[in-house]
Amino acid sequence: MKTIRYSYFPGCSLATTAKENNASLISFLGHFDMGLDEVKDWNCCGSSSTHSVNSGLALALASRNLFIAPEDRPLLVACPGCHLRLGQARIELAADEKKRRRVEQHFNREFRPPRLLHFFELLSKMGGDGLFNGLKGKLNGLKIAPYYGCMLARPPKMNREKNHHGLIEKTMASLGAQPLQWSYASRCCGTFLSVSRPRIASAQVNRIMAGAVRAGAECIVTACAMCHLNLEIRCDSSHRIPVFHFSEILSLALEGNASPDWFRRHLIDPAPLLARRNLSPCNP
Amino acid sequence: MTPVTFDDTTHEFLEAVENMSHAGLNRCWHCLACSGGCPFSRDMDVLPNAVIRMIQFGMKAQVLGCSTIWLCVGCNTCSVECPNAVDIAAIMDALRQTAIREGAPIAEPGILEFHNQVVDSISRHGRTHKLEIMMRYKLAERDLFSDIDLGLRMLSKRKLDLLPSKVSDKKAVQALFRLGGELS
Repeated sequence: MKTIRYSYFPGCSLATTAKENNASLISFLGHFDMGLDEVKDWNCCGSSSTHSVNSGLALALASRNLFIAPEDRPLLVACPGCHLRLGQARIELAADEKKRRRVEQHFNREFRPPRLLHFFELLSKMGGDGLFNGLKGKLNGLKIAPYYGCMLARPPKMNREKNHHGLIEKTMASLGAQPLQWSYASRCCGTFLSVSRPRIASAQVNRIMAGAVRAGAECIVTACAMCHLNLEIRCDSSHRIPVFHFSEILSLALEGNASPDWFRRHLIDPAPLLARRNLSPCNP
Repeated sequence: MTPVTFDDTTHEFLEAVENMSHAGLNRCWHCLACSGGCPFSRDMDVLPNAVIRMIQFGMKAQVLGCSTIWLCVGCNTCSVECPNAVDIAAIMDALRQTAIREGAPIAEPGILEFHNQVVDSISRHGRTHKLEIMMRYKLAERDLFSDIDLGLRMLSKRKLDLLPSKVSDKKAVQALFRLGGELS
């Protein structure tokens, strides 16, 4: 099969603290002959902090990424935060002629941004194309709490963009996991409050974790590195269940495709659960 | 509480916020859906819809000085709840940036300090370096020990990289900071 190549924006989290998300994403897509070409010398997407205190700078940061990414291919973005920031900048520059002129002058060429491809959009297409048909039952009935955090929420200007509600449930069920209904699937994790107001973030994360436990989940599956980190570092309740990044679980469904190294980086050890459910990463 | 007086200048603050945020805040009918949906409203001193009401009343000093504008993390849950598509997160962005620009008293200086550390990290590397942000933030807040166990656990799990991931074109990053100033 011919390899399909996408240009790819990893973002700061996947490049550093969440390397296991990045590695599992590359490994999972590689299994289906999809390759990723990282945008050369990409910079921060504009981050929630920058956006909070300096909208102009956030727009400038996002713009450079949109200008240096190849325009003729879709740009895959795996981090929901980066996807939102780059998407917002794209809309703002398309709508505001004065700002668009200014950035075009700065980068010395016309603004022709690539189409942004959310990881969920790609996954939805892969499922629709029947790529997961041979994988039924691979996740051995693992009970998961699908956790979107704030990724399904958007500012009103983006209301018409694609919505990926239910995709974690649908994909997980097609691989033989049991996605559960619970109350906190779309509850924000607290993002930066976990550093600057840890007590508020802890209270929030504890509510989310308790909700997952109450629903009977064995683990939480998230698609955001920030959510993953906050759930792991700020949950101080004694009753904690492991948290997986979506692409880690997807890779587990492909036997021998997951690396034990990813799971060693977790702060809530998932090894006992994986052993209990007979899900072994088992790639030497 | 001081009574609110209405005069010819009352609407100026509202217009300024509207010009910055394009949020359509006069569509708000104060149904409280945003405040009910906000995951952090219990920690705020003013509910999100009340912030909008206070803007409509021209209560600039009280609005810029409230904790709400800093505790808002921009998760957009309020926008999903809002029946009138008011862009509440954009209002909060505009209020924070007005407070900074005009030197208003900051209700949550620690949160602003964190944001500033993130921006500084980006100016140095073009990307965020989490370990450096945490260390500098803790130093600035004179709070070195509260999370030391967590920091060590993260380091032992290789969750925090000692060295930053960097943009090689440093000049391009500096140019973005100048461009950002013109885009505000």
